[in-house]
Amino acid sequence: MTSPSASDLRPTAPRAGAVGRLGRPLLIGVGGGVFVLWAVATLTFVLVRLIPGDPAQAVLGGPGSQASAEALAAARAEYGLDQPILVQYLMQLGRIATLDFGTSYSLRTEVAPLLLSQLGGTLLLAVLALALAWVVALALALASTRGGRVGASLGSALEVVAAGLPQFWLATVLILVFSLGLGWFPPISVPGPIGLVLPVVTLALPLAGFLGQTIRESLLDALEAPFVLSARARGEGERGIRLRHAIRHAAVPGVALSGWAFGYLISGAVVVETIFARPGLGRTLLNAVTVRDVPVVIGVVMITALAYIVVTVVSDAATRLLDPRSAA
Amino acid sequence: MSGLISVRDLRVSFGDREVVRGVDIAVAPGETLALVGESGSGKSVTARALLGLTGPGAAVTASQLDIDGRDLRAASEREWRGVRGSRVGLVSQDALVSLDPLRPIGREIADTLRIHTRLSPSARTERVLEVLREVGMPDPEVRIAQRAGELSGGQRQRALIASALALRPPLLVADEPTTALDVTVQARILDLLGSVTANGTGLVLISHDLAVVARVADRIAVMSDGRIVETGTVDEVLGAARAQQTRRLIAAIPSGRPRGSRLRPVDAAGVIETRPRPTAERTVREETDPTSPILDVRGVSKAYPRRGTEPLVAVDDVSLSIRPGETLGLVGESGSGKSTLARIALALTAPDRGEVVVDGESWSTLRESKRRARRHLMGAIYQDALSSFDPRLTTGQILADALLVAGVRDGGGRRARELLDSVGLPSAVLARRPARLSGGQRQRVSIARALATSPRLLLCDEPVSALDVGVQATVLDLLDDLQREHGLALLFISHDLGVVRHMSDRIAVMHAGRLVETGDAEAVFAAPQHPYTQLLLEATPTLPQSGR
Repeated sequence: MTSPSASDLRPTAPRAGAVGRLGRPLLIGVGGGVFVLWAVATLTFVLVRLIPGDPAQAVLGGPGSQASAEALAAARAEYGLDQPILVQYLMQLGRIATLDFGTSYSLRTEVAPLLLSQLGGTLLLAVLALALAWVVALALALASTRGGRVGASLGSALEVVAAGLPQFWLATVLILVFSLGLGWFPPISVPGPIGLVLPVVTLALPLAGFLGQTIRESLLDALEAPFVLSARARGEGERGIRLRHAIRHAAVPGVALSGWAFGYLISGAVVVETIFARPGLGRTLLNAVTVRDVPVVIGVVMITALAYIVVTVVSDAATRLLDPRSAA
Repeated sequence: MSGLISVRDLRVSFGDREVVRGVDIAVAPGETLALVGESGSGKSVTARALLGLTGPGAAVTASQLDIDGRDLRAASEREWRGVRGSRVGLVSQDALVSLDPLRPIGREIADTLRIHTRLSPSARTERVLEVLREVGMPDPEVRIAQRAGELSGGQRQRALIASALALRPPLLVADEPTTALDVTVQARILDLLGSVTANGTGLVLISHDLAVVARVADRIAVMSDGRIVETGTVDEVLGAARAQQTRRLIAAIPSGRPRGSRLRPVDAAGVIETRPRPTAERTVREETDPTSPILDVRGVSKAYPRRGTEPLVAVDDVSLSIRPGETLGLVGESGSGKSTLARIALALTAPDRGEVVVDGESWSTLRESKRRARRHLMGAIYQDALSSFDPRLTTGQILADALLVAGVRDGGGRRARELLDSVGLPSAVLARRPARLSGGQRQRVSIARALATSPRLLLCDEPVSALDVGVQATVLDLLDDLQREHGLALLFISHDLGVVRHMSDRIAVMHAGRLVETGDAEAVFAAPQHPYTQLLLEATPTLPQSGR
């Protein structure tokens, strides 16, 4: 046998490049996302028209807002409310497509820049909470599958309890213990990392419970799989079994779940930002709903939908990278 | 001590259940020891004990446990890890699940090197390619980056063998390494395993099928109920079997056994009766109405569109017919189109061209609402009986359901008990769910369900492929009995030529969607015309004639 050099032997394989494997589903994801955004925009248009009374009045805070006649006329002109309904609809789609959500009457500023300034804080909160939830869930799953039956039931019990914790209650307890009791963290969110700790923990703990349950279940399945026996038969140790084989199998459903989790985190941000008096999209939404600031509400709905779609596409792509079989 | 492994009085128990009860094993370099037994005989646990992989719940003791010169009786997990992969390699059954489906096979094979050596990554790659070539993997440079799911069954099994051989361990343990494979692939993998021992590697080959191991083994040890009941050279064991369990295993092998002879003796004393039973009834039946077939498949074709390439022609202009009371054996390897043909016969898939006629009337061209009234004419059983049952239903409910379709209101469950009785199951099974039954019992329940509508044709798609030889023998005997009693016609589909030969009056050989050969069973076997049939016939494991 001639002995080709090692460089000749590098895989020249039809190993589909990441782009090739992801390109098509990515396109489908983006196409689907555009469709969903259109559907959400249409829905908000219809909903605003369903508010009883004058749509101009509704835009300015609904009946009882006592908007002046000039303000009503200005709103009618801005939203084209004197035009036929189809023209109004197309105008709104056009405005949303250019990220023009109009003017907040309660805050008297443009909606789009206002929301963009709030988006960063909320995204940071959500991403950190998701990361913490993953760390806690993985640690819990790995630890509880090591200790036999007792460890497994203990881990399972912890996860169920964590998944069932209501955020407002958890936030209150955390403030009572760690702010008012121990004084480790500020009770309201201050700028800087220290102010993020309690809000992130509040969001992450219940999510870690959900994630932990799916991860542990698939981890246990993977550890029983025949390929683990093969790996052991090669002399692989417990650590190698978990890190090289089982964890990847266990992560697949968790990653798929993370798309859903992001929606959970955004809605959780409404509660958490309010309790910790932290600026962000969630708190802006709550305030806008309270004072019926319709342009702001529409803006938050659209931006949240957009963020949700992006995260879903990303988690789909990540699932495909982890498990190439799912790309078929 | 000269042997590679030398084990004395090996005992393995789980709790108070002792599954290996005093086994002695010795293997010399270059020797192949076959460990044969039915499922539950303890052979797999014995094999795993040779790698210290019996699991955390097992208690293992032995008066001697020497592997490649090391005493491993009191070995720690760490010591065992040093042995696994470097001194003993393991090849297990289904490579699709025995190789990590998310990792390229090259990584899996290189793991053995990563764990036990300090080779650089490029040196590892070089060794992986070398061992892939040794096991006869085509295009190793391409395959090394592919995952198990992207390879064919034979290539996968080669990759798994390569991962066990990467470090050239002096001992290889292969646990049913060919059970999931087609016969021609099985023959090539067995040849490969045989060649591994040529350079002095010792091989412990575990199988439920004596015919498979007869080809490569030097010595055979027959296991039953946790003990080795007989051991000797292949000729000794097959030629002059002393233990009753060995004789049962030999009798269970269908290949080369005449049509109608029992594979599993009824006789409780263990006397093997291999004479064919009287076939008077059968001759009469054949004479009565040889002209009108119960199933007539006329020139059917079926193609499936594929993205970016030519459509896949699964069935290509196939014609065949089955007369009442006759068995037609349909042989072919996976992907040959035999299951698609079965679906077309059952009118579950519509053919692109051609027609199926049942009992002289149109069938495949009918609307389903019209066809339903005639569906009782056909019953079907499949390879995986368990997945063909609703997991929430008990056996009684499953049978009641089938009887309802047949228009029988089975109030007291009398008919269901009769059906169970006809397949040799006690009525206690009625209250149990199929998941709690054994593989053979499940297949019996599925046969009982198929019989509920009193069909005239029973379509059997790989009915015994998932069963071990002993259970297979009892199911084949049952099908034979039922055919006799009810005058059933059978369309018997299998990749196993030995099974088909034993069951069939006529044989049809399918290859790449086409029928390449049809004819009287004995004639086809005596003088196969098509090269593919000859290839299949050569690859089918048989016992040497001295075994009879």
